[in-house]
Amino acid sequence: MSQQQIAIASSGSNNPQASHMADEFLTFRLGNEEYGIEILKVQEIRGYDAITQIANAPEFIKGVVNLRGIIVPIIDMRIKFRLGNVDYNQFTVVIILNVAGRIMGIVVDGVSDVIALSAEQIRPAPGLGSVIDTEHIIGLGTVDERMLILIDIEKLMSSSDMGLIEHTIN
Amino acid sequence: MSTDLEQFYEIFFEESSELLADMEACLLRLDVNSPDLEDLNAIFRAAHSIKGGAGTFGFTDMTEMTHMLETLLDRLRKGELTVRSEMVDAFLRAGDVIKAQLAGHRGEGEADPAIAAEVCEELKKLSDETQDRLLDEKRIVANTKMDMVTIKADIGKASEVAVNVSQPKNDSPKQVYCIEFSSVGMGDAAIENLLTNLKRMGDLENLSLTDKRDHFKLKLSTESGEEDVWETLAFVVDPANLKIEVETNRAAEAVGIEENFSSDVSNSSDRFINEDESPITELSSAPSYGFFPGAPAAPKELDGSELRSNSVQQQNNARSDKNEIQSTVNKPSTKASAATTTSTSETSSIRVSIEKVDQMINLVGELVITQAMLAQTTSQLDPVIFEKLLSGMSQLERNTRDLQESVMSIRMMPISFVFSRYPRVVRDLAAKLNKRVELRTVGENTELDKGLIEKIADPLTHLVRNSLDHGIEVAEKRIAAGKPAQGTITLRAFHQGGSIVIEVSDDGAGLNRGKILAKAKERGLPVSDGMSDQEVWSLIFEAGFSTAEIVTDVSGRGVGMDVVKRNIQSMGGRIDIESALGVGTRISIRLPLTLAILDGLSVAVGDQMFIVPLNYIIESMQPTAADIKTVSGHGRVVQVRGEYLPVVALHEVFNLHPNVTAVHEGILVILEAEGHKAALFVDDLIGQHQVVIKSLESNYRRVQGVSGATIMGDGKVALILDTAALVLACQQEMV
Repeated sequence: MSQQQIAIASSGSNNPQASHMADEFLTFRLGNEEYGIEILKVQEIRGYDAITQIANAPEFIKGVVNLRGIIVPIIDMRIKFRLGNVDYNQFTVVIILNVAGRIMGIVVDGVSDVIALSAEQIRPAPGLGSVIDTEHIIGLGTVDERMLILIDIEKLMSSSDMGLIEHTIN
Repeated sequence: MSTDLEQFYEIFFEESSELLADMEACLLRLDVNSPDLEDLNAIFRAAHSIKGGAGTFGFTDMTEMTHMLETLLDRLRKGELTVRSEMVDAFLRAGDVIKAQLAGHRGEGEADPAIAAEVCEELKKLSDETQDRLLDEKRIVANTKMDMVTIKADIGKASEVAVNVSQPKNDSPKQVYCIEFSSVGMGDAAIENLLTNLKRMGDLENLSLTDKRDHFKLKLSTESGEEDVWETLAFVVDPANLKIEVETNRAAEAVGIEENFSSDVSNSSDRFINEDESPITELSSAPSYGFFPGAPAAPKELDGSELRSNSVQQQNNARSDKNEIQSTVNKPSTKASAATTTSTSETSSIRVSIEKVDQMINLVGELVITQAMLAQTTSQLDPVIFEKLLSGMSQLERNTRDLQESVMSIRMMPISFVFSRYPRVVRDLAAKLNKRVELRTVGENTELDKGLIEKIADPLTHLVRNSLDHGIEVAEKRIAAGKPAQGTITLRAFHQGGSIVIEVSDDGAGLNRGKILAKAKERGLPVSDGMSDQEVWSLIFEAGFSTAEIVTDVSGRGVGMDVVKRNIQSMGGRIDIESALGVGTRISIRLPLTLAILDGLSVAVGDQMFIVPLNYIIESMQPTAADIKTVSGHGRVVQVRGEYLPVVALHEVFNLHPNVTAVHEGILVILEAEGHKAALFVDDLIGQHQVVIKSLESNYRRVQGVSGATIMGDGKVALILDTAALVLACQQEMV
């Protein structure tokens, strides 16, 4: 039972408008790629635990877990982004997010660190025509030799193709 | 500024609603024959507070209505008028109007000004009318008095007049009994008890001399017959020492005496007050109080003579000083005062939002799981080395349990919150149906979850109305059947084995088996004469089923019992009927203690665990291979006691990998939901649990076939099956 929990001090500005521009990002690995999400959306990080499957859910929704009495759905980003090679080992972690008023967890290959990026360090993402719609990408961040794909996690998670939130009207 | 006012509006609305509820409770408690001054004052205060608030916020319609209420109430509590049942009705209606007006100001619906005006008019009429009537009465009495003085010689006639005068107040004339008995060998408590009993029967005056403690001389003015009085006394006193004399004639004589006396005393009232004992026999025989028990103020001003009225008043005072026993007219009945004390003790409370409480309950639940986990780990430690840790653990266990209990109790409310609305319902409906019904409530302090309290009210109202309309017969029929004319509906709540049971019982006609069966056949329902009573009774839960000959606006359309059953089931409850023809019907509702907890059976499919709500399960069985049949090569059915039920394989519904695929190797759980049955095929049964229901939708979305989730003892999540959906889905597939 790897109940490792890394508490993250939610530092940073109180100005959510400017938070895209110069803020701290939590970086994580998916396969060989490095991604970053806004630290303020992250509630906590925990190990990959026993998950209860949900019937007839899309493949990337692994199921639900018990997070201190709350039922939280878990999404495997590697399956969602089709990064092949999906295995669960002691480095596999779940990032618990608090987006769009909901709590959910994403499975990633590992969490690296928290990086502050200024506006100059973020380049707009080129049209890639890739599996991820570029509209969910804030930009590409550069830190030394590393390139971070910065995801607008809130937009991504509430998009209809995730099927996490019922879109009754759309 | 406007936002500030808004905030006060909310407080005013809340307060007014509470005051109205209090007022209604007081009104319903009010005994028309002996109104409790305290209750009248409470009603007055409530009306006054609402008026004050309404005035501040400029709700003129409410101010007007409460003002009318106040005017009438004020006269009542000052004793200028006597309470009559029409007034109570008018007050209740006024309360309804104020409630509607309140809702109107809140923006929830519109109050009808026409009704308000109507009720206003009625209140006004009542307060004027009664005044007139009272004046008339005074006049009659005064005239009679004068007559009596002139024809004092003709005692018999005078008594007749006196009796007639009393008639507008009481239907049966009062008799005055002179009671003498010896209390030798009786305990003080027994005497006290006897006197209280006598006081309940009418106006009692104690004429016994203080120096002769064991000899009692009483004068009782009552409507009860001689036999009743005799019985009351003979129960306690040795009949050999008991003497009862009827004294109707003396009453008129006494009036004469009083007349003489008052003129006497008017000159020397001071002297009279100082006289302690001697004239008391004469004095108290003045029967004016006995004749007008409801209007104590009336005789005081009879002949307009200031002095005389004074003397009567002083006489009154003198008497109350000397004799401990006083007429019961103005005294609150012991029952009413007891009720007041119980209801005031519940009012000190704070308002907390439900979300906060729920969050607390969640967190405590987690704490309990964590504590259990720690306990498991520490139990493997050496108790000698880790003695301190282990004793700390056991203390933690106790504390968490206490904490959990007290947190869970926050959501619990006494069921009196629901029961308190029924006296009004019964009163109104009984009046409408012209039946005499008494409502008894037992176990009002039984606590259950607030969510359930809100949901149980409607089904319960329906059952109470049903009992009143169909159960209780009209008075004539009841008497013919040898039952008391007044029917009784009993609401009872109690705990039984982790659930709460609420019973609605009546001593009415009971369910008619033949009639129900005939009606069911007529409607083409599959019935036979050999059905058990339980099965027959459950037919009344069929949609559209009614045996009432005439459809009224109260009931008879056959809409309702099916809704009641559905509501109770949606709360995870069960409903049972017991009935005996001519004796009565008892409907009992069994509910889980809280909405958040469900009794479930855990079943396994592959490596997954699911919870099936227990109240949908009929039985579980392991079928033999021969019991399983296929229909058109695909659909499977199982034969259970001559019935073919569709087999729903849970692993197929949820796309799981089961350990067993052959039905006869696994277990079939027979489910019933909304009249349909199905057999759920699972790998194995694990056990029965009480599980805490968690929402899946708060962070995810609705999943077909799943109604929620729960956390098992090991911290894992298990899904709760939506049994009704599974059964119904399979019905649709079959068709």
